[in-house]
Amino acid sequence: MAVETQTGPVVGTKSNGILPSALYRPEVRSVIYQIALVLILGFAAWWVINNIQDNLRRQNIASGFGFLDRRSGFDIAQHLIEYSSASTYGRAFLVGLLNTLLVAVLGIVFATIIGFLVGIARLSHNWLIAKLATAYVEVLRNMPLLLQLFFWYFAVLKSLPAPRQSLSLGAGAYLNVRGLYLPGPLPQPGFDWVLGAFIVGILASIGLSIYAKRLQRETGRQLPVFLPSLLLIIGLPLVVFVLLGAPMAFEYPQLRGFNFNGGVVILPELMALVVGLSLYTASFIAETVRSGLMGVPKGQTEAADALGLSRGQSLRLVIIPQAMRIIIPPLTSQYLNLTKNSSLAVAIGYPDFVSVFTGTVLNQTGQAVEVILITMGVFLTISLATSFGMNWFNKRMALVER
Amino acid sequence: MTEAATSVPRYVATTQTPDRAPPSSVKGPIAWMRDNLFATWTDTILTLVALYLVYLLVDGIVNWGLLHAVWTGNDGTACSIKGAGACWPFISAKMGQFMYGSYPEALRWRVNLTYLLAIAGLAPLMIPPVPGKLWAALYLIFVFPVIAVILLSGGVLGFAPVQTSLWGGLMVTLVVASAGIAGAFPLGIILALGRRSQMPAVRLISVTIIEFVRGVPLITVLFMASVMLPLFLPGNITIDKLVRALVMVAVFAAAYLAEVIRGGLQAIPKGQFEAADALGLTYWQAMGLIILPQALKLVIPGIVNTFIALFKDTSLVLIIGIFDLLGAVQSAMTDSKWLSPSTPTTGYVFAGFVFWAFCFAMSRYSLVIERRLAAGGQRTAAK
Repeated sequence: MAVETQTGPVVGTKSNGILPSALYRPEVRSVIYQIALVLILGFAAWWVINNIQDNLRRQNIASGFGFLDRRSGFDIAQHLIEYSSASTYGRAFLVGLLNTLLVAVLGIVFATIIGFLVGIARLSHNWLIAKLATAYVEVLRNMPLLLQLFFWYFAVLKSLPAPRQSLSLGAGAYLNVRGLYLPGPLPQPGFDWVLGAFIVGILASIGLSIYAKRLQRETGRQLPVFLPSLLLIIGLPLVVFVLLGAPMAFEYPQLRGFNFNGGVVILPELMALVVGLSLYTASFIAETVRSGLMGVPKGQTEAADALGLSRGQSLRLVIIPQAMRIIIPPLTSQYLNLTKNSSLAVAIGYPDFVSVFTGTVLNQTGQAVEVILITMGVFLTISLATSFGMNWFNKRMALVER
Repeated sequence: MTEAATSVPRYVATTQTPDRAPPSSVKGPIAWMRDNLFATWTDTILTLVALYLVYLLVDGIVNWGLLHAVWTGNDGTACSIKGAGACWPFISAKMGQFMYGSYPEALRWRVNLTYLLAIAGLAPLMIPPVPGKLWAALYLIFVFPVIAVILLSGGVLGFAPVQTSLWGGLMVTLVVASAGIAGAFPLGIILALGRRSQMPAVRLISVTIIEFVRGVPLITVLFMASVMLPLFLPGNITIDKLVRALVMVAVFAAAYLAEVIRGGLQAIPKGQFEAADALGLTYWQAMGLIILPQALKLVIPGIVNTFIALFKDTSLVLIIGIFDLLGAVQSAMTDSKWLSPSTPTTGYVFAGFVFWAFCFAMSRYSLVIERRLAAGGQRTAAK
């Protein structure tokens, strides 16, 4: 109220001779600052756009997104969908994007598994295990990812023997400088039944766990869930598989001339990228997991002990559900980091999105502005989508206050 | 009385019997091993597996780096013998390139002098008991950058000019990292303050910059610097490639730093802001004297983590053709004179060790500082 009487019309009309006193009011000033800022930025944007148009005209570079429909004329070493040099730039974009997503998904799965193992190992009562895990984290976390990728690609995978001296891994799998050759599965008629049994197994185990939960809530009686589920998901398809006379053939890689033919090939670039990304990100996830587990109050562990839970049970039922609430937000950003770091593929020649699109397509078309804009748009979309997904998951895990 | 005192029965001890050592099952190395290595069956199995792993690791490292390593030689043939380990002569022969890139050999004293001047400024700041912190800070912020630019790139005061395309090796890594840190810190603070500003336009712009930069990988930002930035400027202006990369690295780190600092700002109680207002401080006075000193102290670990990440990320500049330490190692490996099966591994191990040493030192130093700053806030337990 006191303020109002001061900044009333009486003060507003008074002037100290230099500036109208309205300029001394914070609200007026803030509006002026903001207008000035927007004007400056607007001018900068206008200047940049003007320069871009100027430069493009002088260098004779087309603009617009029409280039996406033109023939690309280059090959991509690994494509998950149909692609040849006759395909369009748009198709090349999709191929690169799928390759990036493949690396991201594989990397996230492996990094999560390794990261959780190492993080739990760092808190182990076993002195040697804890020290080993600490050494793992401190060594990998403090070296650039690019260096680690180079190491895996140039020092490890590129020094593997030539195809003729391939290392045999048994079961028809071979490892050489050109990649990992695995037997390719060829489903025979009747294999659909096995797939069906697999789906039935999953559905049945979901039903079982729901039923077991309800039974426990209502009567307090516990049903074994883990082993029967395992039996349903793995055992049921296996039984069907054997009953139908093993309807699955394998195409084994064969050494023909200087290279292997047939089977499934995993490129050394893909291997180096997945190994490097997972091991590096795992060291960060391990720290996240460790801090999450340490964030659960000691009383919770003691209470679990007092209830007579075994160490495994107390981890699974008491500690980890609470630790997950602390772990999930930083874990999300680690997943995002891994996805963004997968763009380092360009340095070792894996045809990911950045290397195919921001590298080759940009070089061929010269349309830097459009290509970079699309690239950034894609990464922003992936980032936002992942955060939304993890936020949803986080909400589900969050503490339900009663 | 004296009689009784002297004739103590022999079964009464007159001296204290020394304590017996605790049984080995409670204290000592055996007990420690039982508690920490062989507590249960699963523990024993884990320990044995881990011991085997350690054996494999140590055995491999010792054999590769010491026993089977090649120590002398003038080219790759010395390292090409069967079963050879590390190729150390490769490192010593290429050391100059790893440290300075193609910087003219006769002028390398200028780089060394820059290092010395940097250390002279940093030492008083980083070692708590050394006095003169204010002067050192002023020197580092205002004087040192000018001297460093003059010394490194030359072209004035009679120093022969050295193109940035000749710079390389660890020197570029340190230049990019320190310029990135120096640029990212003020920019990060401004972005963080902007994100918490009362003015909607300022807030919107800050949020857009922060979220946009954090959403894309550094590579695309560097690509943007190398292919898109030249399009932004009038045709007659060109900016040095290294400078463009520096700016982008600084902006990139600033966005991450802004989020770290915002965390610190949010942790400052509202009363501190109100108290600053009540004292009649202006916005910048309140921030500079009251809020930021407290907020920055809270988030030192996060700030150091960002700097470590920035230091590691400097290696990405090799993708746009600037040769930092990793780039220098990578290009030295392709030298046909030194081709051998063990050259790449040796080079990566060397580069990895240098990066590791810097990052590990930074993280340890941040721990020390954190403890020092926390000491003021801790009460000593009542005795």
